[in-house]
Amino acid sequence: MPAVSKGDGMRGLAVFISDIRNCKSKEAEIKRINKELANIRSKFKGDKALDGYSKKKYVCKLLFIFLLGHDIDFGHMEAVNLLSSNKYTEKQIGYLFISVLVNSNSELIRLINNAIKNDLSSRNPTFMCLALHCIANVGSREMAEAFASEIPRILVAGDTMDSVKQSAALCLLRLYKTSPDLVLMGEWTSRVVHLLNDQHMGVVTAAISLITCLSQKNPDEFKTCVSLAVSRLSRIVSSASTDLQDYTYYFVPAPWLSCKLLRLLQCYPPPEDGAVKGRLVECLETILNKAQEPPKSKKVQHSNAKNAILFEAISLIIHYDSEPNLLVRACNQLGQFLQHRETNLRYLALESMCTLASSEFSHEAVKTHIETVINALKTERDVSVRQRAADLLYAMCDRSNAKQIVAEMLSYLETADYSIREEMVLKVAILAEKYAVDYSWYVDTILNLIRIAGDYVSEEVWYRVIQIVINRDDVQGYAAKTVFEALQAPACHENMVKVGGYILGEFGNLIAGDPRSSPLVQFNLLHSKFHLCSVPTRALLLSAYIKFINLFPETKPTIQEVLRCDSQIRNSDVELQQRAVEYLKLSSIASTDVLATVLEEMPPFPERESSILAKLKKKKGPGAVSVTELEDNKREGGELNGSSDRGPDIAAMAASNASTPSPSADLLGIRSAAPVGAAPTSAGSLLVDVFSEAGPAAPSLAVNDDGFLRDLEQPTEASDALLVEGSGDSDSAPPSEDPAAPLSEADELLNKFVCKNNGVLFENQLLQIGIKSEYRQNLGRMYLFYGNKTSVQFASFSTTVTCPGELQSQLNVQTKPVEPIVEGGAQIQQVLNIECLTDFSDAPLLNIKFRYGGALQNLTLKLPVTINKFFQPTEMLSHDFFQRWKQLSQPQQEAQKIFKANHSMDTEVLKAKLLGLGMALLDNVDPNPENYVCAGVIQTKGQQVGCLLRLEPNAQAQMYRLTLRCSKDSVSRRLCELLAQQF
Amino acid sequence: MIKFVLMVNRQGQTRLSRYYQPVELNRRATLEADVVRCCLSRKKEQVPEVNTTCGLYTLEPRSATVLCLPTVFVCGVQRLQTGLPSVRGPVHCGRCDRLRASITCHVSQNELSIYELVHNFVEVLDKYFSRVSELDIMFNLDRVHIILDEMIQNGHIVETNKSRILAPLTALDKMTSS
Repeated sequence: MPAVSKGDGMRGLAVFISDIRNCKSKEAEIKRINKELANIRSKFKGDKALDGYSKKKYVCKLLFIFLLGHDIDFGHMEAVNLLSSNKYTEKQIGYLFISVLVNSNSELIRLINNAIKNDLSSRNPTFMCLALHCIANVGSREMAEAFASEIPRILVAGDTMDSVKQSAALCLLRLYKTSPDLVLMGEWTSRVVHLLNDQHMGVVTAAISLITCLSQKNPDEFKTCVSLAVSRLSRIVSSASTDLQDYTYYFVPAPWLSCKLLRLLQCYPPPEDGAVKGRLVECLETILNKAQEPPKSKKVQHSNAKNAILFEAISLIIHYDSEPNLLVRACNQLGQFLQHRETNLRYLALESMCTLASSEFSHEAVKTHIETVINALKTERDVSVRQRAADLLYAMCDRSNAKQIVAEMLSYLETADYSIREEMVLKVAILAEKYAVDYSWYVDTILNLIRIAGDYVSEEVWYRVIQIVINRDDVQGYAAKTVFEALQAPACHENMVKVGGYILGEFGNLIAGDPRSSPLVQFNLLHSKFHLCSVPTRALLLSAYIKFINLFPETKPTIQEVLRCDSQIRNSDVELQQRAVEYLKLSSIASTDVLATVLEEMPPFPERESSILAKLKKKKGPGAVSVTELEDNKREGGELNGSSDRGPDIAAMAASNASTPSPSADLLGIRSAAPVGAAPTSAGSLLVDVFSEAGPAAPSLAVNDDGFLRDLEQPTEASDALLVEGSGDSDSAPPSEDPAAPLSEADELLNKFVCKNNGVLFENQLLQIGIKSEYRQNLGRMYLFYGNKTSVQFASFSTTVTCPGELQSQLNVQTKPVEPIVEGGAQIQQVLNIECLTDFSDAPLLNIKFRYGGALQNLTLKLPVTINKFFQPTEMLSHDFFQRWKQLSQPQQEAQKIFKANHSMDTEVLKAKLLGLGMALLDNVDPNPENYVCAGVIQTKGQQVGCLLRLEPNAQAQMYRLTLRCSKDSVSRRLCELLAQQF
Repeated sequence: MIKFVLMVNRQGQTRLSRYYQPVELNRRATLEADVVRCCLSRKKEQVPEVNTTCGLYTLEPRSATVLCLPTVFVCGVQRLQTGLPSVRGPVHCGRCDRLRASITCHVSQNELSIYELVHNFVEVLDKYFSRVSELDIMFNLDRVHIILDEMIQNGHIVETNKSRILAPLTALDKMTSS
């Protein structure tokens, strides 16, 4: 069927393709392909005198086979040969094969580079374009090294053809992205900016991608692009639809270019120059006006292109957030779209309005559309549109409309898609709490939430309602009454039983006066649910029962009877059995006074961040990114991809929530970024065992956790003894001299311990210092072992730990004096307790002084306490990783370093080091399996800093590229410095 | 930035693929299958009465074009999640005759403009092949690549002017015919 093929059809290829098309089965196709592969292989191997045409034909066949999904492991050399052909078609196939099939660290790169070099100097524009395409597509380091200085020259040279300039611009963009260190800014930079003025629109289109990328990284150097972009935009916007000829698309002048210009302007704040600003505002107004004009064509392409520009312009208006007039106009325009018959427009309008809602200028204007949005939530057929509507409702919610919005969201929940229910529940819970005028409404809302979507109500939500009820005594009676009523429903969700059990256990007395809810009725109601519940809920109910005994002594016999029955006291579950046994004993031996003390009402919870909000953050954002950072991240388009279509909402949520600090307290410690497995267990046990201080039944589920922390508070006996002795002696032997300056190799010693916790810190002929340390959360404990290597005793042995400079406020290190005498051959131990208050970059100093045979030894070392020790690993899926990565895309949040490998690049060694670092090493995240990505959260007392790491080894060049993104920029820098020494 | 361009026929067989980010071969297959599934699965919902809420950009009849970003968008994000994070993003599908073209790009891109880019690409192919068909693309793979390279390089739009896009090919054809 060669007739189909245009130009110099390759008959053999056409026949082959036809054969493939005619294959009836997959097997037949594979057979045919294998036959062809064998044929090509023998042709390439045997007959050395293949002419260019045959080579082209066979390479083309290979390309086709590759397209069908088969791996191609030969033919590269022939493709490279084609590059030196003088025929365009042969050269083009060669380059195509290379850009599709050759990866950037192929050994052929040198040969390819040679061919490219020839073509670049050929002065033939079509050849130059092919060569530039190839560099842009392969973009390897070697290519960057060879051509990084050449391409800017081609780009700005006066005599370069337009099409070559276009290719050169995108080629340079690629090199800048892959090897920024090799693309040096120079005098070409200013001339690149002036390409925005180029009379050729294609050149502008290509150059603007480059300029956008460059100005994101070096905003100051490219500042001049703003006024140029504005004037270009203004010329396009004001041109008649026929002016730009072929760049007009369905009567819209240069839509893609306009979008790109508007996107570029979003890299900068509003222009300061009044004239430029005036011109830009005029442009934006024109764009908004055009939306109102009758369409020039009925074709959907016309309206799509027009609206593409409009949405981009609205993004810019939102980005500036300074022109109330434009913001309101944008909002009205989007309001029109909300009712448009095109789903796409409705969707995009809802999405843009979400960001508009957070601007003070347009918040009110957005609110006027509430009915339409509610209607969208109810009637849209597409789930993603409904989701946007829910997001927008959340964003536009404030005190004035909270009740209406919460009610609508609640009713939507009944039919909501399963995929978004949990998020909806969290949103309702947050809104209800934030805008609660009276807390009875809040309690009603949450109970409704449990009733409607109990399965999706996470622990945080019901913890929170209990927390608020405990802390606000005006609502306790109402809460008790409401849960009592709610529990009367024949079937109620287990979460409801939990809330009910807890609240009645605490405040059941408030409604006990009413005979309809007398103590016994309350108890029977609770107990009727008991058998249907899971073990943790039963445990909670048992605790509620013992509280009942205290509140209502008259229920004692009934409850004791229940506790005594076999199903409790001999329950196969240890926890339940223990509670039953202990509560029974407690109720029978303790006097009323003791009972009253032990089972006293819970004290108010300390004020903390809302756990629900933390949960939402955990679900979506990195660790605990501070509000401002989230805010800033809103509009960032990350370098690394990944979709964060919901990004802005979290930001908005976090921002709005932070502006009104929640009035009440939190039940739980926030471990928002602790490993998913660990946090719920310990947190859960905390709550279910909320009575554990009272009752003796407090099996510590989080043994590790508690054990360690308890350890921290209680010094071991040995160190106690030391304390007593040491304090006596230390006065008598004061070391007189100032501490010595840190050893020159102190930094090196420090680096040894970045990725490990134990080992020998220091050794000379006299002394050996060993170190053992463990860290948890923001606390650490370090054991130092001082070993006397001589046979003579050290006298007046003393050590001091100091935090120099600002480290004092960042790190808290406590220790006790050590024994002043170290016998020959003996070892003494010192314990340091460390608390990380905030992130830090220096290391504490350890000064050691002692007398060895009369000579005073004075030695100062750096203690290997580095910021990474306070890492909590965070496991996450690749989706989350990239979403978070993208959220941290401000330039200062990223630290990057490219460095030569100092140690072996063995995979296992690298993995061990990364694990030692304390972050979670994530598999299957990076598309390139050679790379490593890690995630973790640094726990400090004041804040948690989410960190993401990416390490890209290049085994061939023995180099690494290390990129860190943290929610705090100082942390990124410090970690980058630390880690660059490790590999 | 555009991540890849993919054209498949109605049976879901790849007829053109161009990646602007490195993707391993074995992952390509799953990825392409994911995209195909999310684009082709729209088809059955394209019955007229639901045409407004879902459906694809269709060229059949050539004037009626419907696209629903949200649905395609969601499919793109959700389905591709299992595939490859680096190429996750909204998928914009276009259809021409028996072939569909799709472009995946960063979420941050202006979706309508990317969508129209697909259309523009199809129009250019139409212009060159005078109503492009699957066979045109199969038998002229090199030329389709030339066209694509003129329009998109390295994941960015270079040229949108149809006659300039086709200029090198027209010159080439003149050369061979003379």
